[in-house]
Amino acid sequence: MKKRLNQFNIVIIGTGGQGLITLLQVLAEAAILEGYDVKTSELHGLSQRGGSVEVHIRFGNRIFSPLVKQGGANLIISLETQESIKACYYSSQKAKTIFLVNNFIIPIPEAKLLTINQISKTLKNFSQKIILVPASNICQKELGTNVASGVYLLSLAAFKNLIPLKPKSILEAIKKIIPKNYLDINLKTFKLASKNA
Amino acid sequence: MVEILQNKLGKKIILLGNEAIVRGALEAGVNFVSTYPGTPASEIGNTFFRIAKEGGPYFEFSTNEKVALEAGIGASFSGLKTLVAMKNFGLNVCLDALIPFVYTGTKGPTVIIVADDPSCHSSAQSEENTRPIEHLVHLPILEPSDPQECLDFTKLAFEISEKFKIPVMIRTTTRVAHQRMPVKLGDYESGIKNKVEFIKDPKRFITLPPRVLEMKKELLEKIEKIREFSEKSKINKTEGNRKSKIGIITSAISYLYVKESLKELNLDLPVLKLGVFYPSPNKKTKNFIKDLKKVLIVEELEASLEEWVKGLAKEVNPKLQIFGKNLLPTVGELKPEYVILAIAKISNKKYKIQNTKYKIPASKRLPQLCPGCPYWLVISAIKKAVDVEKVIFGGEIGCYMLFGNSPINLQDYLSCMGSSVGIAHGIKKAGSAFAPPPLKFRRASKAQARKQKVIAFVGDSSFFHAGIPALINTVFNKSNPLIIILENQTTAMTGHQPHPGAPVIPNGIKIENIVSACGVKNLKVIDPINQEEFTKTVKEFLEKDEVSVIIARRPCIFVAQKYEKKT
Repeated sequence: MKKRLNQFNIVIIGTGGQGLITLLQVLAEAAILEGYDVKTSELHGLSQRGGSVEVHIRFGNRIFSPLVKQGGANLIISLETQESIKACYYSSQKAKTIFLVNNFIIPIPEAKLLTINQISKTLKNFSQKIILVPASNICQKELGTNVASGVYLLSLAAFKNLIPLKPKSILEAIKKIIPKNYLDINLKTFKLASKNA
Repeated sequence: MVEILQNKLGKKIILLGNEAIVRGALEAGVNFVSTYPGTPASEIGNTFFRIAKEGGPYFEFSTNEKVALEAGIGASFSGLKTLVAMKNFGLNVCLDALIPFVYTGTKGPTVIIVADDPSCHSSAQSEENTRPIEHLVHLPILEPSDPQECLDFTKLAFEISEKFKIPVMIRTTTRVAHQRMPVKLGDYESGIKNKVEFIKDPKRFITLPPRVLEMKKELLEKIEKIREFSEKSKINKTEGNRKSKIGIITSAISYLYVKESLKELNLDLPVLKLGVFYPSPNKKTKNFIKDLKKVLIVEELEASLEEWVKGLAKEVNPKLQIFGKNLLPTVGELKPEYVILAIAKISNKKYKIQNTKYKIPASKRLPQLCPGCPYWLVISAIKKAVDVEKVIFGGEIGCYMLFGNSPINLQDYLSCMGSSVGIAHGIKKAGSAFAPPPLKFRRASKAQARKQKVIAFVGDSSFFHAGIPALINTVFNKSNPLIIILENQTTAMTGHQPHPGAPVIPNGIKIENIVSACGVKNLKVIDPINQEEFTKTVKEFLEKDEVSVIIARRPCIFVAQKYEKKT
């Protein structure tokens, strides 16, 4: 028997329409495959229309709250660079929060955007480990589409041991959750992440 | 076959709270389901819609929540197991039908799902709390905390309804309805066991005085019987160390935050978890509080449980220190860290919240209309046609409530569904009756009526839902707003559900036929891609002395492809 995990808390942040809920479903299935209890929280409706969205997933021995508490995230995955800052609420030294950030900007109408340097500097106040990955650009370049850049980041996190789940479980979960029409591109994305990890 | 329909007794699958409600209803043998979509309840209807084609129960998207409930009442009176789902604002719409239904009671067991949205994640208009409905409508209300309870409580709600012949409400919130977890499935049987027939029974189904007062008396007696059931029910449970003098009373999502907090603080306190919100177990609760020194009530939004516990404490423990809304917010949803701090405070335990230096330097990212949305064309034509500073724009519930956001800025008021038209009429009447110089009431000159121009937006689904009576009122009581019906041929905001005018519906209702039957003479159907015609018509119609209507017909980009494939 391997050592059982008490709890692992992930916040995924991005903008509506980037497929955050799919990532939650994949993670939840993978956690179940490894025998963990799991809770997730997500938002639908108005919040989907391109606004800021954050979703939560927690897994471990016994999980009650679907929400990660303030300063309680072990991993923050940000699908867009500007949004990563909004997740600082969930990061802390105590939780040893790791930021895995897609280096990819979706403009905000009529707003002044922060530069990558400003963002990195701010995140450093909250976390010892910040990983910036141009996931959307890599996917676009290698696969001709960035539709699965979230799955790229997630797979990368598994291969880099940023998530205590086996890449094999993530792969199984992808096969179960992703609809047929998109499965092929997602499997290719997973492979690409394994190569680049 | 869809996984949710499969009979896998004891198997655990990951379900969303709303999906677990569907599964619970299926396991209870539901026959008839109706709804009007509204987040955070939408996936209940969407899931039933999907499985209706695969042997699921009868399902309909009704024109509004009142009609959905009335359909459900008819099904129940005919002996069917019935479920009706809606979001909190939908309950307001159907309240008129709900109150007499509680008097008549059910024949086929009936469950009503109502979803609240604390923090208004996907709701405009208000942060409505459904719980105080207990004082107005005497019907049992169950509050699940997680998807497993969504399944179990839905089944139990059908049992309570069957036993006591009363509709039973399940009240969820966003964090319950949109929570996922592994849920253990139960047995699943479909098919109709009851005899399906409306059997005349005037004493039961007619709410006419003087009988209606007898019915009220019977109802209140029934509630006291259900209270006895509530006292014994396992879903009102006590956990933890009964020797402690500090206790917690909680329900719904708040219970999960309490459990998490106790784990975090390494505390073992007694917890009374209420699955039945109404009728609440008075004896059980008095017993719980009678030896305590302090009690913390953990609940979202307005204090309901807290007020009730205060009443009980007067009888059994007047010295009890009661904490609740003095430590927790009334506005906005609870978060686990709020509950941790409140429990730490009453148990004199030190707890440091991590990361309090947090503040957001980033810009707010508000939701936007999708690129390619046909509404952009309407916006563009209007901005060409009028000086937007001089026109009042009436907003409404749907994707187009985003007209209020920058850079669009075409929204001067926003209330409930159907109201853009009703309020536009009031503004026009106020302008013509009371604008200086004071004119004789009801006899405004044509010049006055033209003075302040109003454009009211209403979506097609909203028009069917609640816009039609308001349109008739503008004709009947003679005012002249310009109403633009944004016909994108779907209920877009909640996830593209069909409505009575959608092209997917055979012999769908044409909105122009309704509008002209209401007596509107200035009427045009325009595809807003024809910018010139649209702009010209807006200018022309704003000068009319009677109400005018433009139907902006162009499908939502997400349904357009689907419709093209079918034709």
